[in-house]
Amino acid sequence: MTAPRHAAHLAQLNVATLRYPLDDPRVAPFVDMLDPVNAAADGAPGFVWRLVEDGAADATGLRPAGEDVIVNLSVWETQEALWDFAYRSGHLEVMRRRREWFARHVEAHMVLWWVPAGHLPTVGEAMERLADLRANGPSPRAFTFASSYSEAEAAPHLQAAPPTV
Amino acid sequence: MIAVLQDPVRRRLYEYVAAQGREVGRNEAAEAAGVARTLAAHHLEKLTEAGLLDSGSRRLTGRSGPGAGRPAKVYTRARAERSVSLPARDYRTAAELLAEAAEEAGLDAGLRAAARRRGEALRGPAPACGGLEEVMEVLAGRGYEPRLEAAADAGSAGDADGGEGVGEGEGVGEGDGAEGGAAGEAERVVRMRNCPFHAVAESFPPLVCGMNLALLEGLIGTDGPVRARMDARPGECCVVVELSKNNED
Repeated sequence: MTAPRHAAHLAQLNVATLRYPLDDPRVAPFVDMLDPVNAAADGAPGFVWRLVEDGAADATGLRPAGEDVIVNLSVWETQEALWDFAYRSGHLEVMRRRREWFARHVEAHMVLWWVPAGHLPTVGEAMERLADLRANGPSPRAFTFASSYSEAEAAPHLQAAPPTV
Repeated sequence: MIAVLQDPVRRRLYEYVAAQGREVGRNEAAEAAGVARTLAAHHLEKLTEAGLLDSGSRRLTGRSGPGAGRPAKVYTRARAERSVSLPARDYRTAAELLAEAAEEAGLDAGLRAAARRRGEALRGPAPACGGLEEVMEVLAGRGYEPRLEAAADAGSAGDADGGEGVGEGEGVGEGDGAEGGAAGEAERVVRMRNCPFHAVAESFPPLVCGMNLALLEGLIGTDGPVRARMDARPGECCVVVELSKNNED
């Protein structure tokens, strides 16, 4: 990784409840897209880091939010970089077909927050941010694309660990 | 704003600059509109004042230092959206609210079915598009601003911005569905510079881009030699249209 050009980076957590187990043929199209889409993320402009299970190519084996819930945790240089990857790359096709594989969430299933550049968030920390968003709505500590906060607005909350909710 | 575009020369200049999707200098615009450079400059400035074009300056020759001359003025279509509605209507807010509700309720499949039906209705009794040239015409008529581009290798998301110089306009006709590893055959695809649903698509990308794909599938037909598929890139419509290589799949 080169020297950070931004003082803060944007962290992202996504949780998705599988409708069927990952080895079910109905989820196969999703599983087939995992490697190419993850490779696209790794090579995307502004990509910093993504959570990977030890010894695996991705994080789908980690189930910190429930047995049938897969998580996606990553860090990006800017919000635009994350947006362009999420919605202006091959990842959009995964998103378009999301209802085929994932249950609809009533509560927020995606959360964004700023971290000091160089800090890699833990799963526990990420789950707390999601809980914060669900409990308190969007704030500089935990927000969404539709209700985002700038790096500057989040500056007072830029500690490595989230405040206790 | 409507008045600004009433002058036919001005309108030609605007349409030319808008269609290029890149910076256009005064000489080029004047030539395209068939008017003198000074007249073109006057109208281009009026269009900029009205907020329909953005202007900047750029050394077009690539030279610099003494003798390179002053930087030339260049124009692009303004990024801001303009719409005129008399009497006042606000379909944008309605679209956003409906999209928000559809997103929350998970109505993607129903929305796509409606979009496909609408696309088919717009196509009417005509058969599926027979080739990329026909696709270009249909898409242009819906405001997508299509252009032919050499197909990049699958997966290369690079910003190959080579739209120009690709098309000699020779029939993209049916057939020779280059099987296997024929890497030499310069295949072409239709890409679209404009997303007609831009604002709502930015707010609800999977929902609205999925709707757009279904609409286009209905519009060009899914039982002909061309197919639409998702291939999103920054700053453009998320769909690409290409010859279906093999009709099974």
